[in-house]
Formats: sequence, C-alpha cells, structure tokens
Amino acid sequence: MNVSRRGFLKLSGAVAAVSGLGISLTPAAAHAKELKIKYAKETTTVCPYCSVGCSIIVSVRDGKVINTEGDPDSPINRGSLCSKGGSIYQMAVNENRLGKPLYRAPFATEWKEVEWEWAFEKIAENVKKSRDASFKKTNAKGELVNRTEGIASVGSAAMDLEECFTYQKFLRGLGLVYIEHQARI
Amino acid sequence: MTNHWVDFKNSDVILIMGSNPASNHPVSWKWIQEAVNTRDAKIICVDPRFTQSASKAHLYAPLRSGTDIAFLGGMIKYILDNKLYFEEYIRHYTNATFLVNPALKMPGENKGVFSGLTNGKYEKDTWSYQTDGAGVIRKDQAMKNPNCVFQLLKKHYSRYTPETVSKITGTPVDKLLEIYKLYGSTGKPDRAGVDLYAMGWTQHTVGVQNIRTMAIIQMLLGNIGIAGGGVAAMRGESNVQGSTDHALLFHIWPGYLGAPTASLPTFAAYNEKRTPKTKEANSLNWWKNFPKYSASLLRSFYGMNMSVDEAYRILPKLDDGANYSWLTIFDQMYKEKFTGFFAWGMNPACSGAHSNKARQAMTKLDWMVNVNLFDNETGSFWRGPGMDPAKIKTEVFMLPCAASIEKEGSIANSGRLQQWRYKAVNPPGEALPDGDIMSEIFFKVKELYEKKGGPNKEAITALTWPYGKMAGKHFHYDPRKVAAEINGFFLVDKKVENPTKKGEFKEFKKGDLVPTFAWLQADGSTSSGCWIYCGSVTPDKGILPMRRDTADPTGLGLTPGWAWSWPVNRRIIYNGASVDPQGNPWDPSRAVIKWNGTKWIGDVPDGAGDPGKGRPPFIMKPDGVASLYGPGLADGPFPEHYEPLECPVDKNLLSPQKNNPAIKRFDKEGVGSDLDVYSNVTSCDPRFPFVCSTYRVSEHWQTGVLTRWCPWLAEMQPGMFVEIGTDLAKEKGIKNGDKCIVSSARGEVECTAIVTPRFKPFNIDGNIIHEIGIPWHFGWITTKDRPYNPGDKKAEVFTHGDSANLLVPTIGDANTMIPESKAFMANVVKKGVK
Repeated sequence: MNVSRRGFLKLSGAVAAVSGLGISLTPAAAHAKELKIKYAKETTTVCPYCSVGCSIIVSVRDGKVINTEGDPDSPINRGSLCSKGGSIYQMAVNENRLGKPLYRAPFATEWKEVEWEWAFEKIAENVKKSRDASFKKTNAKGELVNRTEGIASVGSAAMDLEECFTYQKFLRGLGLVYIEHQARI
Repeated sequence: MTNHWVDFKNSDVILIMGSNPASNHPVSWKWIQEAVNTRDAKIICVDPRFTQSASKAHLYAPLRSGTDIAFLGGMIKYILDNKLYFEEYIRHYTNATFLVNPALKMPGENKGVFSGLTNGKYEKDTWSYQTDGAGVIRKDQAMKNPNCVFQLLKKHYSRYTPETVSKITGTPVDKLLEIYKLYGSTGKPDRAGVDLYAMGWTQHTVGVQNIRTMAIIQMLLGNIGIAGGGVAAMRGESNVQGSTDHALLFHIWPGYLGAPTASLPTFAAYNEKRTPKTKEANSLNWWKNFPKYSASLLRSFYGMNMSVDEAYRILPKLDDGANYSWLTIFDQMYKEKFTGFFAWGMNPACSGAHSNKARQAMTKLDWMVNVNLFDNETGSFWRGPGMDPAKIKTEVFMLPCAASIEKEGSIANSGRLQQWRYKAVNPPGEALPDGDIMSEIFFKVKELYEKKGGPNKEAITALTWPYGKMAGKHFHYDPRKVAAEINGFFLVDKKVENPTKKGEFKEFKKGDLVPTFAWLQADGSTSSGCWIYCGSVTPDKGILPMRRDTADPTGLGLTPGWAWSWPVNRRIIYNGASVDPQGNPWDPSRAVIKWNGTKWIGDVPDGAGDPGKGRPPFIMKPDGVASLYGPGLADGPFPEHYEPLECPVDKNLLSPQKNNPAIKRFDKEGVGSDLDVYSNVTSCDPRFPFVCSTYRVSEHWQTGVLTRWCPWLAEMQPGMFVEIGTDLAKEKGIKNGDKCIVSSARGEVECTAIVTPRFKPFNIDGNIIHEIGIPWHFGWITTKDRPYNPGDKKAEVFTHGDSANLLVPTIGDANTMIPESKAFMANVVKKGVK
C-alpha cells in the first residue's frame, strides 16, 4: 500500500472516527505493528544531513524502502534521529526524484530528456573543447603551470569519501585549479 | 573536531558560541544533556538570538553578530588577570615561553594593526621569534620577559576590559563576568571545558581569528587533548570533513598537502618548500614526513605509468599568491572567464553569497553540468526569477544521481569518524551513483584525448582508474576498490625498516596494503590517495569503517571498535597533552591515555613519547607546542577585534582600524564587478539600519535542495521567514505573520514575519541597535507560483520564498575567503510599504 502523508492523515482520521464509536482496534494495531518490517531486508546507513553521523536502519521489501529508523547499536545516536534524519524514507520514496538525464539546449525554454550515452559524449566534447581552448602551459612569468583556466568546479560534500577522492583526481588530471565546494561557504 | 560527539558527555562546562546544536546538530544534544545529568555540567550559550540551545542553557548572554573576538578577548584578559590559567600546561605545551622579535608592534600601540602592513598585506618579518646562534628559539621559562608570548598576550588583551567589551558586543557587563568566571573555572586539571562552534564563527571577515581566540582560551585553560575538552567544529554536512580531507578545494591536495605553485617547478623543490624544519631538539615535527605523503599521493594518480617527478610536472600549479576560491570563481564566471562549469552535488544559485551574482554569472557560461537528486535553482537557473531563457546561451546538463541509501561508500563525520554505508535499494529510473557518472565522463574524455590528442594529454590518459568494471552499458564504480586506493599499496616488493622499531625489518610484496602512514615511502614505492586515511583498510580485517563493535573499555565513549577514525583510529587528537611531562594524566578520573609502565593504554596516543623524555606533544607543529602566538595567519599573530565590513557603528571602539585590514574588497576598482556593492562601510547607511544574520532550522538542510522536496519536512517549515524583535516590529508596524521585504545593498527577499522576544535590541555604546535573522533554506524551485512547463516536477508540499543569500555580501575572511554571511546590514519593511 502506498500511503502518502495526506492519505495517512485521512486514514488516521477515519480510525479516530471509528474509535469514537467505541470499537476496539487494539488487535488490528498489534497486527499492523508486527507486519511493518516483516520479511524486510535490513541494511545500515549513516544520515546524509548534518555531520553528527547518526546510524539508520533501512528496511527494504520487494526492492522498496518500507521503513527507516534510528539504529540503536550506534554509540553516537543510540537509535535517536532528528526530524531530518527521521525523514530519510522520503528521499528514496519520492516521485519527484530525477530519474532521467535532462538537457537544456542554448536559448531553449524547456528541458528535454536525453540518454546517458548521448549526455556523456556531449559533456566530454564540451570538456575537451573548453580545456583545449583555455589550457595554459606557462603563466605570465613563464613558469610551468599546466592548467585549464576555462573550467571551474564546485562540489561536493554530498558525495562519499571515495567519490570525493576520485572526483578531485579527475579534475586535477584535467588541469583544473578552480576547485571548490561546500567547505568554503 | 579535536574530540568527537560522544565526548561532550565528559565536559564540565559546555560553551555554545558560534553555533546552535539543539537546532542544527540535534542528536548531539544527547551527549550535552548526558554531561548535565551525570556530572552536573553547566551549559553556556552566547548568541545574538535566544536560540533553542539558549533555551536549554544554564547561562545565556546575547552578543551583537560579529563581535565574538571582543567577547572572547575579554575572557582571555579575565583568565590572565585572575590567574585562572593552567600554568604548567602552557609552560610545557604552548609557545607561551617563546621570545618574539622586539620590533613587533601590536594594535594597541600601532593604530589598530600589527607591524608590517602595506596595502592590505602583512610583511611578517617583525612577527618572528628570537633565536640563538644555532637557530633555536629563545625562551623564558619564567614567562616574565616582556617579549615572551605570555607577556605579549597579556599586553594585547589588557585593552579588552569588560566595559569596552560590553560597549562593542552589547552584552551586559554582569553577564560577561558571570560567563568568564564559569568558563574560566575549567583551567583546573580536574575540570574540562569545550566550545561548540559552527558557521556562526566561520562566516565572518574575522572567521579564522574567532576560532583562534577560542583556541587560545582552550590552551590557557589546558583544555586541549583532554576528554571533555577541545574545540568542536560542528560541520554542516555529513561528509564535509571527508570532502575537505580529500581536497575539493583549490589550496590543498588530499591529506592537507599544500597545492603545488608555479614557483616550485620540480617535485624536489615542492617537497623542500613544503616540508617544515625545526631546530627544537625534542620536537618530533611530524610533517618532516611530507615527501612520503606527496610521493604516495602522486602514485595514486598515475601509478607506475610515469615517475613521481613527471607526475608532479604534468599536474596543474597555482600562481603564487593567487586565490581561486569560491568568491573568485563566481567573480571570474561573471566576467566570462569560464566556458565550462561543474556544479556537482551543489546548489550555488542559493548557497553562494550574493546569489544574484552567482545566478547572473551562470548565464555567461557555454555549458554547465549539474548533478543532483532533484530539480534545483542551479540546474534550472536559466528559467529562474528575472531570467529570459531565450537570451541565455548556457547549455545545461542536469544529471540524476543516486541518494546515499542507493549506493555504498563511506563518509567522515565531524569527529573524523569514517563510517560505511550500504546500498539498500536501486536509484529511481535511470539515476546513477556519482562514482559511475564521473567514471563515464572520465572515460569519454580520455577516449577523445587518445583519439584526437591535445595539450598535456598524458595528464588525462595516464590517470589510473582501476575503480570498477563495465556492467551492461555502464561502468560500475566500486567504492571498496577506491577505499583500498585511498589507504595505499606497496607498488614493488620491498623490505622496509619498522618505523617504530629500529633494526626490525618487514618484507612487503607488490600489491600489499600499507599498514599505516608511518610505512609510506618517499621513493615512489608506495601509493596512498590520502595519507591520513592510511590504515583504514587492512588485509585481515578489511574495511575498518565497517566495524560495529560498541565496546568502550575506557568508559569515555571512545568505542575504538566502532568504524574507524583518522588518524590511526585516534579518537581524541593532541591527547599527548592530556598527561603531564612525566606521563601522568592531568585528571586520572578522565584519563584519555596512560602509561602502564611499558606502553600507553587508552586512546591511540598522539605525540606522547616515552614519559619524561621531554617530547612536546603537538607534533604537527614544527616546534612541538601549541600556538598561543600564531604568526602564520594573514591578519595577525593574535586575534584583534575588527567590525564586520557592513556594520551598524561608525568606529571600532578598540582602535582607529575599523575592519580587518587584510580582507579582499571586491568593490575596489579593478577587483570585482558592478554587482559587488556594500553598505555601511565608511559610515552608517540609513537605508540598511539593522544587523542581519542567516541561520538554519532543524527541518531543513543547507539550501533545502533535498529537504524542500520531502513533504514531511516542507510541511513543518514551509517557507522563508524573518525573526524580528518585539520592539522593532512595533516601530516598523509589523505584526506576526505579515509579509515583509528584507533587503540589503544587493537584493531583497520576501519573508513572513515572526515577531519574537528572542531578539532583543542591543545597547551598543549608548545606541539602540536591532538585529534580525533569516534562515537560508529556501529557493524558488519548490514554490507554487513560479511558471511550470509540462513534465516539470512539482513539490508535494510547496514552500515559499527565495534564498537568504540574495542579501549576503561578497566579502570573505582574510585567511579563508569564507563569505561574511553572519553579519551584514539590512532593512525590513512590511510588504507594500516604501
């Protein structure tokens, strides 16, 4: 069952109304509780928001996230989460996530969905064009600098450590010096 | 962070200044409260606003934004005047005894600046130490010599009397004294105090010096290296510690190796220049190992495809003294200096100071790549407020990436703790992990250079990339392989002497993981992508950040078997300073490390040599001691109060020098652009009479680029607001809930008024000064009333309002160039009122 927040509120309203009639819902509630993460596969993760590093258990059934909650084993958060950490579920279960590369041509007024392969090739061509046009072997003083001056990069603390290493390796291999990210702002 | 989150529980006094952890690092409060519950710790909160943290504090004091150095300088004076400092600690473990060049002039005797200032830049020759014939720094163990650091510190802060401080900060004198006394009580060996700071201290033109001032206090009180002590930089992103360690910044390379510059053409010249030297007999000077780390890093780029000398030669170099940081990037972009731009996992259209300049700058690009989970103000900048897409040439690629639970890899929290995350589900649609995306782009670029050639092409084509394999159409990036690369390998068979046991040798085979960074080699026989992470992956136990052992043998919350922290799984850095020179813990009830007769037990020791051997513990400093006096900074060896560039006062009450003299002014001729405008610089500007600061709320994160799309969070905090004190609201005819316009010299933003007693007017030298505050989580993309194209994503719960950074000035700290978002001048009026 796919229950949105609003749908859930409506359901809760219905439950409240039924309760008002004096019908006991206790067995049904207990049943639902037992089912919540039944047959789910659990993995652990760490919250992507602030830097406390709270652990979270993610429960997955049939390839879908069905529940996220604080990991009681973590010596840092011992199962607690804040409002953001408690909402990780919605990061994955969210119909507004981008699922397709988008392209906006010069002077275009709309996005166009494109294939990855096409986007990668076009980006690579752009990188080469900008790099070749702006590459400086030496600076004004004649010192060796081997740098690409026409491309800049910002980002990202939102990536994993391994990706950060790999990304800076890629950028420095290209000769970029304008490399910055969240830590500067 | 010198210590770690759980360590807050070991504190006796917790000073919250420059941060608001109850709102912004909420789970950290578990450990703050633990300290209150179990050791009767006291919480002090100093903030312009009565925050959620303030509401839980035992002692709260307001201060005007941008006056922290005055506040803390007064604390230094109080500690010195009342002899609350930890004398043995500062004598042995800081440079308090060092003698400074008698030619040094300090602000009190030199019109508010240190000696050596010319055209906004300091020549530091008068800031040097006195040395003897052999080059050893001269010292006075009695700390009586008028030129010793201790006496200079006294002299410098003698000007920071409670009365003067109160006139600058607006903090009542009795509150100042109460806080000074309570925090000063942690100078005893059996008392520990910690400061928790965040962007409330960094985002100022004196940001680094704000933190330096606190560091001085912590040194004076002997609070560095001990459990419950330290300086806690509470970072704003889950992996901003890791992304900094891995140098996604212009000025460093991974592991805090200074970036190569043009005047250092060879690897030998680079190592020579960057490797610090010392004449201090007992100092370990850890950075003497610099060439091992730099050589190993270059090997992680190119493996054995070329020599390390060649690798150094072909990689990019900065011009000496040039700045390539954030504000410069957007300035250069605005001036059409770039054709291409990657905004990867970032939203600079809302996060950068002066967002209008950033947004305009992006119209000057030929192309931009934006990688994100959701549509955002950066990727869609060309259709934002005031933009005419038909006139904007920029080609934009918005690439969908996997969320944290849709891939695996690790992140490092503020406590330097590297924790592994596992993949739970596939990303939606065709979204890919960032690692896959960057690999694909790399391979395509490499292929082009292999086919068509180009300048310095080997720098690209020779990069090693053994980070995964093809799976179907795409390259599948494998973070476990990269974790091993970051740890490092032996690249040849080699017999190496044990770095900690002379005469003992160990044989390594090509491909073996390097055990710890002490085993890295300067001759190119090892690789390591970031030396401080060397030791995180082992042959027998695998990736240590995956560990989940919760045992806590010391009872201090170190949990050494939970994940892994750099360096070498040390949980409290500088812990060699937690014991006296004979090796006895200053506080046996809270011993981070102790000597059991043959070895150190407890945390992994830091800088502690064998007891009684006289090794000073701050081994990352060439002279082995902590720096009360810091001649390395751009704006002075001691912190001095300067007003924010935009401020509500005409003069600095401490000196004739109003602002930090070493900042880069983008409004000066030939520096910035037409958009770089400031107010209230030379005199008070009636158009913008109120101090304004930006901040966060619990329910959103950064620009809201993720959280605004999550309906639970958007419902709880649906839009841009301005907090206005009750008195000011009355004066301006603004009621709770009114729509208001908040403006600065750079732009305006619509906000909902929250009229609140949390802001009180300040009495600044007899004048009433109001401060207002705004959160910076909002942006136009998730609003209801903007134009929508068919197929556009629409937030389930709309938010209202745009970015607070539309108002923030393009002025940065003198050392870091971090923008001054926490203190600038603004106006607020009810919407529709002129």
